[in-house]
Amino acid sequence: MGKYLKVNHEKCTACRRCELVCSLKRSGEFNPAKACLSVATFLDDDFYFPVTCQHCEEPLCQKVCPAGAVVRNEVTGAVEIDQDRCIGCKMCIMACPFGAPVSVPETGKVTKCDLCQGEPECVSFCQWGALEYVEADRAAVAKRREVARRLMDVLREVAG
Amino acid sequence: MYGWIGKIGRVDLSRGIVTVEDLDPMVAREYVGARGLGTKLFCDEVDPQVDPYAPENKLIFATGPLTGTAAISGARYNVVTKSPLTGAVAASNSGGYFGPELKFAGFDALIIEGKAPSPVYLWVENGRIEVRPAGHLWGKTTHETEDILHAETDPEAKIASIGPAGESLVKFACVVNDKHRGAGRSGVGAVMGSKNLKAVAARGTGGIKVADPAGFREAMRDAFEKTKAHPVTSTGLPTYGTAVLVNIINAHGIFPTRNFQTGVFPGAERISGEAMAERTLVRKKACFACPIACGRVTRVKSGKYQGAGEGPEYEPLFSLGSDCGVDDLEAVTKANYYANELGYDPISFGATLACAIELYERGYLPKDDAGVPLRWGDGDLLVEMARKVGYREGFGDFLAEGSYRLAEKYGHPELSMSTKKQEYPAYDPRGAQAIGLNYATSNRGGCHVRGYTISPEILGVPEKLDPLTTENKAAWDKAFQDVTALVDSSGMCLFTTFALGAPEVAAMLAAATGVAYTVESGLLAGERIWNLERLFNLAAGFTAADDTLAPRLLAEALPEGPAKGKVVGLAEMLPEYYRLRGWDAEGVPTPETLERLGITWKSSSSRSSVA
Repeated sequence: MGKYLKVNHEKCTACRRCELVCSLKRSGEFNPAKACLSVATFLDDDFYFPVTCQHCEEPLCQKVCPAGAVVRNEVTGAVEIDQDRCIGCKMCIMACPFGAPVSVPETGKVTKCDLCQGEPECVSFCQWGALEYVEADRAAVAKRREVARRLMDVLREVAG
Repeated sequence: MYGWIGKIGRVDLSRGIVTVEDLDPMVAREYVGARGLGTKLFCDEVDPQVDPYAPENKLIFATGPLTGTAAISGARYNVVTKSPLTGAVAASNSGGYFGPELKFAGFDALIIEGKAPSPVYLWVENGRIEVRPAGHLWGKTTHETEDILHAETDPEAKIASIGPAGESLVKFACVVNDKHRGAGRSGVGAVMGSKNLKAVAARGTGGIKVADPAGFREAMRDAFEKTKAHPVTSTGLPTYGTAVLVNIINAHGIFPTRNFQTGVFPGAERISGEAMAERTLVRKKACFACPIACGRVTRVKSGKYQGAGEGPEYEPLFSLGSDCGVDDLEAVTKANYYANELGYDPISFGATLACAIELYERGYLPKDDAGVPLRWGDGDLLVEMARKVGYREGFGDFLAEGSYRLAEKYGHPELSMSTKKQEYPAYDPRGAQAIGLNYATSNRGGCHVRGYTISPEILGVPEKLDPLTTENKAAWDKAFQDVTALVDSSGMCLFTTFALGAPEVAAMLAAATGVAYTVESGLLAGERIWNLERLFNLAAGFTAADDTLAPRLLAEALPEGPAKGKVVGLAEMLPEYYRLRGWDAEGVPTPETLERLGITWKSSSSRSSVA
């Protein structure tokens, strides 16, 4: 199995550095509006959630694309948009349940997260591990272990 | 332009006219941005003798070239104006998300002049500025104002506003943005209130171009790694917020207590960052682009002080806590929430209440004026006055004038712990001599963030100095003041300087702007900014006699703790400081100094002025 972008929202501090480094890498400027991910911040509710492309197994963006521009990168598993094929119809934007594809006003085309060819910039500049690039077949076990650790802490506290 | 957007919005509130001007690249290069740029624009246009509340005073919101970039903690903007508290030039700095959004909306700075005939707010969106009526917002708290404006403009808008304190001209009212961040000091919010300007809401989808993206990434990566590696920025501040300092500073015997009567507070542990983590902390939160995340989301879950918000930071833990003798964390937290919601500086408020309590205790302030007994350690009193001051209600009206005017009213100005009428922050300088010189010489009056020499004197960063001696402290102060002016003007947060210095800041500035900033030219810019502020203050009527400290700090020895027996040796440091600054014995920059810095100061007396 490949790697995927894992969001640990409880570790997010709403600093939005991920948006900045993503936009710099993709557009050469700092502009959250051009980033392929956004931190949805509900400040009054203490809830911050980086919303990213999920690189679905059956991507709706790919299904609706009339130009065959949406392709899966066999190495990284990322769902990518071939800029040569993209006709800028924006159907993928309409179809995606996560708001992942981004319109590029300069070219009229659409772009999206491509996991930076296996080295996601957002992950490398996230201080707190709110974004991780992990092996899919190990993520579940790691999470279960974390849950068990918390249970252990509680039990020990209760037992004194 | 790169780094800078290249545009300044000018709003004439008297006539409701908006114009957009180009940013002069030479001015930008010399004064960088934020504090420096705002001050330069301000000094060029405003008579230093102006009445702070007159329409002729201006209010400038200014960002830096690194604001809104991924430079470490590039979140800052400054509010520059003439302070009603001090009469000096004010540059109040804030983080959160508002500053970056102002740039994404297309502006490096807004120059706000005149006075609106009735309350208004500004809606800034992608290069346009609209003056909109704000009668429905007048009287609202900063939090209510943001909620209403989010519904009225854009849910993603970032908002800076004043609360009831700014409207009622509380002399230390602040500008609050993103609900919990404040351009806190010197009463910049009162100037905003005097102009009938309730809020600025910004939203933009524009970008910030950088001259050398690859070079910037490299410089930023270097700074990011250093920030991650330094214990203060990677562990201390993220774990406990600025409140990590409570126990450290108290252990050094310089945690000001009961209006600076001592520097040891027995209740420190109960209002420490450690106590907050145990009792009120919900989670940590960062400002825009900040990997440090010192912000504290907190709750008082139950009881009479129930509430939700952020903080308190280290400073209000002193001003609302130890300085008033209060060791009830929940009461301090509640009072801090009031400061954010009603929109005022909790440092000046708490220090003013502490001054009032001492005046009362000594029999100078009658109970008829106070309405209630003023006692040390009274959490209920603290919380009640924290609400009243925001509305100038009852005794709150007395407190709203700040400690100097309050103490002067009762014939004892010496009991105001302030310089240039601005209250001191949370470090007793008798046990940290360099910060004493900083309080005396700061261009905005009593202030710790104009040269945070606590870093070497107490924290040992970048090297440990003996806090009790005066030797060589003038040189340290000058160096810290100049680099701070540079950092404040870049758009980065001062807290990064535990891990970073002029080399990292200059490298990011150069890559972002394409201007060949070096350590030398960056520090020269800092020094230039410092001297410009000084010139404004001198023209406003300040003299070397104002570069002093409250008599208590100069004459009364600390009664206990590691710094027991010490006073501030200001006279041993100040002449050397003037000399190192290239100022004459009267504290006036010499013509040679001004020439070296490239400052041309013209007398503003010919310009419009109001008595």
